[in-house]
Amino acid sequence: MAENSVASRLQGTGAFALELEGVGRQFGALVALAGIDMRIAAGERRAVLGSNGAGKTTLFNTITGDFLPTSGRIRFFGEDITTLPAHERIRRGLRRTYQISQLFKGLSVIDSIFLACRGVSRRRFSLLRPAATDVNMVQAQSILHAVHLEAERDILVATLSHGQQRQLEIALALAGAPRFILFDEPAAGLSPTERRDLVAILNALPKHIGYVIIEHDLDVALRVSERVSMMHNGRLFKEGTPEEIENDPEVQEIYLGGRHG
Amino acid sequence: MATTDLPAASAAKGNWFERIGAGHFLLAVALLVYPAVASDFFLTQIGGYSLVLGMLALSLMMLAGYGGMVSLAQITVAGVAGYAVAIFGENGANVLGFGWPWWIVVPWAVLLASIASALIGWIAVRTQGIYTIMITLAIATAIFYFAQQNYAIFNGFSGFAGVRAPQFWGVDWRAPLPFYYLCLGIAVLAYVAVLYGARSTFGLTLQAVRDNPRRMRAIGYDVTAHKVFAWFIAGIVAGLAGVLMVWFNGRISPGTIGVGAAINILIIAVIGGMRHPIGPFIGAVVVVLMQTFAIDIVGAQRFNTLIGLVFLAIVFFSPDGILGLWERIKPHLAQEGLRPGG
Ligand SMILES: Nc1ncnc2c1ncn2[C@@H]1O[C@H](COP(=O)(O)OP(=O)(O)OP(=O)(O)O)[C@@H](O)[C@H]1O
Ligand SMILES: [Mg+2]
Repeated sequence: MAENSVASRLQGTGAFALELEGVGRQFGALVALAGIDMRIAAGERRAVLGSNGAGKTTLFNTITGDFLPTSGRIRFFGEDITTLPAHERIRRGLRRTYQISQLFKGLSVIDSIFLACRGVSRRRFSLLRPAATDVNMVQAQSILHAVHLEAERDILVATLSHGQQRQLEIALALAGAPRFILFDEPAAGLSPTERRDLVAILNALPKHIGYVIIEHDLDVALRVSERVSMMHNGRLFKEGTPEEIENDPEVQEIYLGGRHG
Repeated sequence: MATTDLPAASAAKGNWFERIGAGHFLLAVALLVYPAVASDFFLTQIGGYSLVLGMLALSLMMLAGYGGMVSLAQITVAGVAGYAVAIFGENGANVLGFGWPWWIVVPWAVLLASIASALIGWIAVRTQGIYTIMITLAIATAIFYFAQQNYAIFNGFSGFAGVRAPQFWGVDWRAPLPFYYLCLGIAVLAYVAVLYGARSTFGLTLQAVRDNPRRMRAIGYDVTAHKVFAWFIAGIVAGLAGVLMVWFNGRISPGTIGVGAAINILIIAVIGGMRHPIGPFIGAVVVVLMQTFAIDIVGAQRFNTLIGLVFLAIVFFSPDGILGLWERIKPHLAQEGLRPGG
């Protein structure tokens, strides 16, 4: 997870997974995002830290198209996606998880993951039942394995524990060959063991998949990211390696001081 | 409305008998031998009519149970097919009646109905919950008045009489026995298709859209397109029912597609239950039996009160209809059965 590996990747391809230019979002008089400029290289793993209400989730929502920004431009692998509908962005390889689980309560675990795999394939409208050998079903099975939910394969999502629901959140984002993933506080409410599992899952992702992770738990954030951005009141005010951020006096005062002091 | 397939979920392994399920097998036998014990009246007015209304409620159950979209326009969609049969086939009104053969008229009528359904859906999917009910009611009412006032196409208030089920393969399909089996065959086809389709890719997407449209977008689905497609599919079922309905009545007029008829379909689906495709048929049998016999006992005015009371009782005591009631009683029955044997 060294910084120079990021730099070399940047020079090697010159490709950015995400480029944000002056992205802003207002809710009435409330400025949730005040002009965000951000560039993330393909394959880069970035953590975003910030206090409650800093605008982190809003930033994700504008990137994935859950709602549109009120100003600015967003590019995904060079393509302007600022006003594309959400599902079109997903079909281009963008994925996300939600801070509050957004799952299909009435479906089984395997069916949910199967749908996530099928969502980016051509046969979304198929009127046939998927066979066990169906390519998307096979993919779903391996994702099930990756997030340690094999034992819950045929269980109704509504009956999963909180931790298992968080694992399923991640499974849905891993489905269908993603190129870049946005994780919104995946560790929230997890036990220490489940956190360790989460770190293992993230570190086991194929190297070409980059991500942004919002994480309040500094220990988790620093173990799964190569660079860290600090956010406050709708602005990014600092960026650096995990070590730089951890030792930055301003950060310690605003963020860590408030938490640990 | 958490949809879990009740008997259908057990389908997987085993011989054909186990796969179909004992319940389905007994039901099939009962429906097949029903004509041996039923009079012509029971065959058509109760049997055939329940199957037709059951199919209409089934098309509502697909949208509401799986898709979370409660529609009051299903009778309107059936009406499109019914009018198409009268207009493109033969009728006794001396208006239009192109006299096309039945094997062109029927698929054409069903196609028109499903296109109409998709259009209604395309308007309705912009809304949610109670607003979907309101907008489909508004559409149903608008089409009712349009049909009543338009003489060039719909022949206005009187509509079309003299519409007859065809005769082919040496069978007179308007006779009670063939008509019953015709309704049964098509209803079973629709039922099995819905049962199978619920676990198809599209069936799963529909239930997922109901559970969480936002997440569906976030895994790559165009939610609007999937909803509109669901309306199209439901329109096929409603359209088939509409063809049978116009053959059954021998006529179609604005009264057939009025607000009362629209609400009737919703009542049938709610009374029967919308968690499994058998529910709408149970509801249809109950409502048809009540409409046929209770009306003689309590009179037409009080009859609506009676239906209303049954409806209220179901909504209060068993939100999943008679089907839900059965699901609640079954475990108790099973325990009773276990006791003596040990
Ligand atoms: N849909 C919305 N409508 C109105 N205001 C909103 C909406 N979404 C977010 N906000 C407001 O925007 C600001 C930023 O919210 P956001 O959820 O992005 O913060 P966050 O950094 O994710 O915080 P947390 O750590 O609590 O998740 C908050 O003041 C919030 O109340
Ligand atoms: Mg948040």
